[in-house]
Amino acid sequence: MSDLILRGVAGLLAGPLLGGLTSGLDRILTARLQARQGPPLQQPYYDVVKLLAKELVVVNAWQAFCVYSHLFATVLAVVLFALQADLLLILFTEAVGAVFLVMGAMASTSPYSQIGAHRELLQILVYEPLLFLVAIGIYLETGSFRLTAVFQWPVPLITQLPLLFGVLCLVLVIKLRKSPFDLSAATHAHQELVRGLFTDFSGPLLGLIEIAHWYETVLMLAFCGLFWAGGLLPMTTLALAAVMGVILMDNATARLNWRWLLGYGWLAGMTLSLINLIWHFRGAG
Amino acid sequence: MSIEQRPRRCGGWLERLIQHARVRSPWLLHFDCGSCNGCDIEVLACLTPLYDVERFGIVNVGNPLHADLLLVTGTVNRRNARVLANLYRQMAAPKKVVAIGACGLSGGIFREADNVIGGIDRIIPVDCYVPGCPPRPEAIIDGVMRVLERFGTGHPKEDVAKGKGIP
Repeated sequence: MSDLILRGVAGLLAGPLLGGLTSGLDRILTARLQARQGPPLQQPYYDVVKLLAKELVVVNAWQAFCVYSHLFATVLAVVLFALQADLLLILFTEAVGAVFLVMGAMASTSPYSQIGAHRELLQILVYEPLLFLVAIGIYLETGSFRLTAVFQWPVPLITQLPLLFGVLCLVLVIKLRKSPFDLSAATHAHQELVRGLFTDFSGPLLGLIEIAHWYETVLMLAFCGLFWAGGLLPMTTLALAAVMGVILMDNATARLNWRWLLGYGWLAGMTLSLINLIWHFRGAG
Repeated sequence: MSIEQRPRRCGGWLERLIQHARVRSPWLLHFDCGSCNGCDIEVLACLTPLYDVERFGIVNVGNPLHADLLLVTGTVNRRNARVLANLYRQMAAPKKVVAIGACGLSGGIFREADNVIGGIDRIIPVDCYVPGCPPRPEAIIDGVMRVLERFGTGHPKEDVAKGKGIP
């Protein structure tokens, strides 16, 4: 029992600690890739503390409700992962969180917010099936959706499901809102859509969304780590490698439009998943 | 301002943390209020790798709701005074304003023109004036850093309360 509580607390702490540091590392590395010095590692914490202490401006009550629900669902998903619960349950909880954020953006009448929300819906439409295909691949390999079974599996999953790991990296790029798939809420797109999804969230609410994004980052990186679940060190190595790849990709590519997102995301994702599943399980049945 | 002259921060550890975070994380909104674009080019030059203001945590945002600092260039005229006041009103407190360039300070050479009201401070309260035609990027960064010092002086709650008034 005390072991469970410890795991839960570790999950709660992992979001602000690991997510914030990943975000800080991302900003430094991006700056260095652009021949700049960049902000200090703790910059994301400064941003969030400042946002939480700003004046609260709420467009309507639904917006605030949706942000709280988004944060709650995302934190719950990470805690469930730390408790090694069911993979499908974690995915559904995470999806609920993602949809609440879209509903919050839809609650405002700002056209930028609306466009951002529609694009975010398209992103969810692209990555959710792919995430489930990854989960199905893990189930076919280990015979269980429960993470306890996955963690006890003797062979690293990446050797059996390498293409599905590639699909997960594609999902990671979309979830971390990185180029070329940063079309719903890009930081650098103010000429095009101000701040997209986040346009009408400000102050403390934006700070809470940022904290939820840390938890989301940790959840997605934990998923990546699952492909080499032989202890904390291999998991961290794999997750770090995935983050580096995403940052490189972010700096090397331009933003695509939603047609490209749908076309490339689905075509590449589905094809890679199916090839991996058919190739690996052809003789298994 | 040297370190010795810097005003003491007040309050407990939470207040000091908030003030520190505000000084280290200013998001700025840049509004061209009828400038000739000379000052705007210098403002944007601050964001290039050469000056790299992101090392101070400064991010250029396109949304008044997210901004802490308003950088205004150019004169205020009868058409854009309403827009300027509106942008200022949409910013969440605490907020600071930096007027940039001769035109932003007083109207500059357009001061006597029929349609020109004058400098930025005729419409909204200005916290720092950066002179020059156009000012160098170093001067703009210096002006912004001096405004940030003012974030670190008052009590965080008072800072929010003060900024709420509509000009």
